[in-house]
Amino acid sequence: MRTLLLRRFGSFAVTLLIASLVIFAVLDLLPGNAAEILLGTSARPDTIAALQQQLGLDQPAYLRYLHWIAGIFTGHLGQSITYGVPVGGLIAERLVVTVPLALLALLVSVGVGVPIGVWAAARWRKGPDRAASVVAQLGIAIPDFWLGLLLILLFSSTLHWFSAGGFPGWSHPARAIGALILPAVALGLPQAAILIRITRASVLEVANEDFIRTAQAKGLPARQVLWRHTVRNALVPIVTIVGLQFSFLIAGAVLVENIFNLPGMGLLAYQSLQQRDLVVIRSVALFFAGLVILVNFLVDLSYLWLDPRLRGRR
Amino acid sequence: MHGLKTGWRAAAIALALASGMTMAAAKDTLTLGLPIEPTGLDPTIAAPLPIRQVTWGNIYEGLVGLNEKNQIIPLLATSWTISPDGLTYTFKLRPNVKFTDGTPFDSSIVKFSLDRARAKDSTNAQKQFFEPIESIETPDPLAAVIKLKAPTGLFLYHLAWGDAVMVDPKSEPTNRTDPVGTGPFKFKSWQRGTKVELVRNDDYWDKGVPKLAAVTFRFISDPQAQASALRAGDIDGMYFFTAPELFKEFEKDKRFSAVVGSTPGKVIVPLNNSRKPFSNMKVRQAMMSAIDRKAVIEAAYAGYGTPIGSHFAPTDPGYIDETGVWPFDLAKAKALLKEAGYPNGFSATMKCAQMTYVMRTCEVVQAMEAQIGINLKIEPSEFPAKWIQDVFTKHDYDVTVMNHAEPLDIGIYARPNYYFEYHNPAFDAIIKKADESSDAAQRDKYFGEAQKILAEQVPALYIFDIPQLNVLNPKLKGLWKNEPISEAYVRDAYWEN
Repeated sequence: MRTLLLRRFGSFAVTLLIASLVIFAVLDLLPGNAAEILLGTSARPDTIAALQQQLGLDQPAYLRYLHWIAGIFTGHLGQSITYGVPVGGLIAERLVVTVPLALLALLVSVGVGVPIGVWAAARWRKGPDRAASVVAQLGIAIPDFWLGLLLILLFSSTLHWFSAGGFPGWSHPARAIGALILPAVALGLPQAAILIRITRASVLEVANEDFIRTAQAKGLPARQVLWRHTVRNALVPIVTIVGLQFSFLIAGAVLVENIFNLPGMGLLAYQSLQQRDLVVIRSVALFFAGLVILVNFLVDLSYLWLDPRLRGRR
Repeated sequence: MHGLKTGWRAAAIALALASGMTMAAAKDTLTLGLPIEPTGLDPTIAAPLPIRQVTWGNIYEGLVGLNEKNQIIPLLATSWTISPDGLTYTFKLRPNVKFTDGTPFDSSIVKFSLDRARAKDSTNAQKQFFEPIESIETPDPLAAVIKLKAPTGLFLYHLAWGDAVMVDPKSEPTNRTDPVGTGPFKFKSWQRGTKVELVRNDDYWDKGVPKLAAVTFRFISDPQAQASALRAGDIDGMYFFTAPELFKEFEKDKRFSAVVGSTPGKVIVPLNNSRKPFSNMKVRQAMMSAIDRKAVIEAAYAGYGTPIGSHFAPTDPGYIDETGVWPFDLAKAKALLKEAGYPNGFSATMKCAQMTYVMRTCEVVQAMEAQIGINLKIEPSEFPAKWIQDVFTKHDYDVTVMNHAEPLDIGIYARPNYYFEYHNPAFDAIIKKADESSDAAQRDKYFGEAQKILAEQVPALYIFDIPQLNVLNPKLKGLWKNEPISEAYVRDAYWEN
């Protein structure tokens, strides 16, 4: 187990290093730069040059790269070019919105998707199964931002139950969670639809295995066969998808954040990319990369727990 | 299951009540929506308009200001005299003015602020405004004497811009994140990505101003989210509402007052005058004659907006209506194109930024030019980054579409290396004369001549003045309808009982 963890950590570090190089190079190749953008369409070339020098944008690429990497180890990610504040703080401010939002959305996804998927599989080719499959189709077809608009129209503009967007901050926890409910539903339901299909397919596959027939033959109650034997063994693909969904919900929620005007990671990434605030965007991109690798690692670890056969292997 | 449902509903109602409670309190606060979050809060070191919207006249003040009619008014200078040769400006400064961090305002501040703006390493986006300055003298704390190298007619006007506000040397390094000014409001907090909060400056020099105790600017970029926030009552108003097609609904809705004002923003179709065939004036005139401005406005901005015939906004002093010079006339357009030697038209690319109104303008212009055989291929160009680099810096384009938002900026056509690549010594001479005349009537006359030249020679196709669409609570008064300069000026805002 320890060698496994060590080896995993080693590959984690190497992957991140490669990711950092790719991120830096790709961002550096983008057309446009922050100084030109900040000074607009009236500025003259000498003013732009002065600002580039102040921002350190005139330094050679390898120096800027080394500076960044050194900063990661010392905890100084630099100052945002557009906001003028430390990048670390900027990311932290966004994470307190994005992580709770992603967890809530994941709760919706798992809470709705897994039970319906199992239920559909248990009633294979009967009414509930067909209904679930229609619901899943619909959920996959509906884009999350559009669902968000519908939710706002109903619950904010018409019923006035929730505010239409924005984030009040965590000093009022109830209001903060209130602000996250609609976006979490908008984000979570389409993901739940995917989980319905995955769960159903996975449960059905296991249900045809010999050991299930054995369990049924030895007279176990249907409910026990379903939950203890079938679902338990169907969890590996489900957990894999849930892991992917978490990464998506952290990094890919930008459209929903936009609709609900939530200051999350997605919007930060989008804005800093648009303003060519490379100091921010490269750290954000590396954070996303690290997160995806970490979640995959945790998913891999969960396989060991879910499937005892894997434990003996290296 | 049923219990769960009621629980939910109770929770939701509790939440709604909690947010409703703050709304019901006596109203001396304002939450105003703006479409774009500023990038920093110091207008003297960066160009973006959202910085000015939040700070101009609210946090920072200049020696002079502007009123809604775009006229110069006294602010931190109570009066001034200009010597007959137009070279010496003597300002009498307002006494007993303090920055919100306690620093007193006097002539040394004037010297510091303007010297900083014109310094060699200055990153002021309008550094050229300060270049005419020869020296700044401070004979006594309440007098500042600015000597110019040459007479500069718009010098005083430019001192009213956000780029020329007075800056406290003590707070100068941190103004970007923690702004300090002499204005009616002081900065309280900035929750990045969400809002900037201002509170009343109780020591403001103009007693009884401002009327509001606090102002929050909420940044909502998505037009649907802007509309939702208005309908849900999350904001008291939305300035620069960015979805003209949704504006009609608010005009019909009694709960809102939907106001259309004008701005200095000119939506134009710049042509690269150094490239063939756009170097041929007849081609440019043909292209202008093929444009039905009203139809473009209909498609790009739901019919709001004023047609323009030159690079001049109706809000600017000296404006003349030049839309009659090349009215929509397809037969004339075809004839001109034939005279120019392109009877069968030609092909070119049009670089278009991703903003909705720009894309729509591009599409309509493309369709209109196609009618006279000009085939414009639309090439998306990410704004600001790619567009500024390709079009503005490298001049690598045939045709593009842009909103030039600065007031009275017709002088950009006289710049030696501007992206229009328009070079006309006669025009340059007129701009020089306008620049040098400190008499307003005289200057308006020169600007009139300059407008006529551009209208005739069409270095860019002049389409429309972009409107300011505001959706406000009808009880909210004192906000400007027109936008002579980029602002969300809340100094005089108040709630009507």
